[in-house]
Amino acid sequence: MSEATSSSGRPQDEAGDWISALGRFAVALGTVIVIAVAVAFLLLPIAALVTYQPLHDLIHGFGTKFATDAILVSLRTNAIAFVLMIVLGTPFAYVVGRRRFRGRSIVVTLVELPLVMPPAVAGLALLVAFGPLGLFGGTLSALGIPNPVFRQGAVVMAILFVASPFYLRGAIAAFEAIDDTLLDVAGTLGAGSLRRLLYVAIPLAGGGLGAASAVAFARGIGEFGATILFAGSFQGTTETLPLAVYGEFDANLDQAIAIGVLLIAVSAAILLASKLLARLWTSSTSTSPSPAGRSIYAPR
Amino acid sequence: MLVGPSGSGKSSLLRTVAGLERPSAGRISFGSELWWDSERGIRLSSERRRVGYLPQDYGLFPHLTVAGNVRFAGRRDRSDLLEQFGIGHLARARPRDLSGGERQRVALARALARDPRVLLLDEPFGALDVITRQQVRDELAGLLTELQLPTLLVTHAFEDADVLADRVGVLDRGRLVQIGTPTELLDCPGSAMVAALTGANVLEGIAVPAGQGSVVRLGGSGELVSATPAQGRVEIAVHPWKLELVDPGSSRLTDTVVSLRHDRGGTLARLTRFTVQVPPGANGHSSLSEGSTVGLRAAPEDVRVLPARDDGSG
Repeated sequence: MSEATSSSGRPQDEAGDWISALGRFAVALGTVIVIAVAVAFLLLPIAALVTYQPLHDLIHGFGTKFATDAILVSLRTNAIAFVLMIVLGTPFAYVVGRRRFRGRSIVVTLVELPLVMPPAVAGLALLVAFGPLGLFGGTLSALGIPNPVFRQGAVVMAILFVASPFYLRGAIAAFEAIDDTLLDVAGTLGAGSLRRLLYVAIPLAGGGLGAASAVAFARGIGEFGATILFAGSFQGTTETLPLAVYGEFDANLDQAIAIGVLLIAVSAAILLASKLLARLWTSSTSTSPSPAGRSIYAPR
Repeated sequence: MLVGPSGSGKSSLLRTVAGLERPSAGRISFGSELWWDSERGIRLSSERRRVGYLPQDYGLFPHLTVAGNVRFAGRRDRSDLLEQFGIGHLARARPRDLSGGERQRVALARALARDPRVLLLDEPFGALDVITRQQVRDELAGLLTELQLPTLLVTHAFEDADVLADRVGVLDRGRLVQIGTPTELLDCPGSAMVAALTGANVLEGIAVPAGQGSVVRLGGSGELVSATPAQGRVEIAVHPWKLELVDPGSSRLTDTVVSLRHDRGGTLARLTRFTVQVPPGANGHSSLSEGSTVGLRAAPEDVRVLPARDDGSG
């Protein structure tokens, strides 16, 4: 025993080396397995969708009237909802993000409420609020506004209701994060509130606004529950891509899958584009020195 | 120029003049123009005051180029201003790639593109290291002389005021305690706080009238002769460069050296109660070492007797 420990200590050292090497190998293997399982779990269903039918059939499925109608309805309603969300939501988020007023935290909480609401409940809520027999249904008809239910307007409203909180939440945080002095300086340089918003606040919050709007758009394009309850599912008017997938599920599985793949492609393209835009944006507004740039203390 | 320790309200005052903070009461006017009057309800917003405000870190817009930053103020191309400030070649650079001095010049050019009636500078050297600080300060001194624009600058460092200012106001806890030229503040500090801000040694003692002036017995031990007549508990102020090292055996005031710092201007000796600036080649300079006991002397007219501390409103 004393030989092993005192004379050389080698056998134990070797054993220790071996054990620690084994440990490192186990950690590396574990990491690979965890990553592989996670990636497989997320990607295999998508791969299954794409490979379910021969490619030829899949592409044929993209071109059917079902699919093209759904894609047009989806793009149209989401584009309108997106523009409304940006145009109305951005000034709102700016005011909530930059001003301190009584009840501000209540406003922020109320904005986030639809996030925790199940979409089906959101659809029901919209129905009993704006439906023909709803709370404001009478007011709408008295004002001569056609009731949105079962029309494309209802799809836009459902998307706006479900998706815009994602944008508002991110936009408020982005505006909050702007350095106060920059807006102060803009004021002393003669910029009124509109110029401060357009030329200082929005460019500086741009990265956050872009990311938040991408999340909101992704949520909107996949919107299902609120839309089907509030707008119904009518081909060419209110049947968006997700509704078409559900509608075709019983009738024609191949067609449903083709539409599903289309929906994934549209979403992936948007996700990718928004990431590229965000990268461009942050590299142009970052305050830290660019890699090629000179240091603050460099001799001139 | 306004000087004061941190928390004395310098920045708030500057921001109030710029229209970024609202005073609860009072009046702000520029020449014949009224910018703020709490009684008459006059509240001119910052964008209508025409001030050239430079915050501590200059507040350049990171998303705009140098030219874009300057154009923001004037709403037109001002390459003439960039040339005037020697930053024409940086027109297309981003603020993050500029040195401290360059940033300051861009910020000044931008402020001037606004045609301001007054320049407001908040700690213009606060974000810089010691070496850059001196260089940027000298540069600013030159530019301000050239511009001939009324300028209000706040800083916590009296040495900045000494280099840049015609008149210096000292702020303490939100109150203006003294105003004068840098020399006046050095020679006649109105309070211990002002004296300490200008870098003086401030000590308590008991004064006894003697001849034309007084002898001040310091707390601890030793005494200094002042040319000012005084009696009872007082505070005295002596600047480090007015103290002279003498042989401890023949001196009525001795102290022990704690640390020494040598530079071009001689040696800065920190004693337990004093800081002494020893010029090169001065008496006893070579034998100075940490732990040694030295004698101290100052000309009576350089030992200032200050009003008691609780009456520090000056």
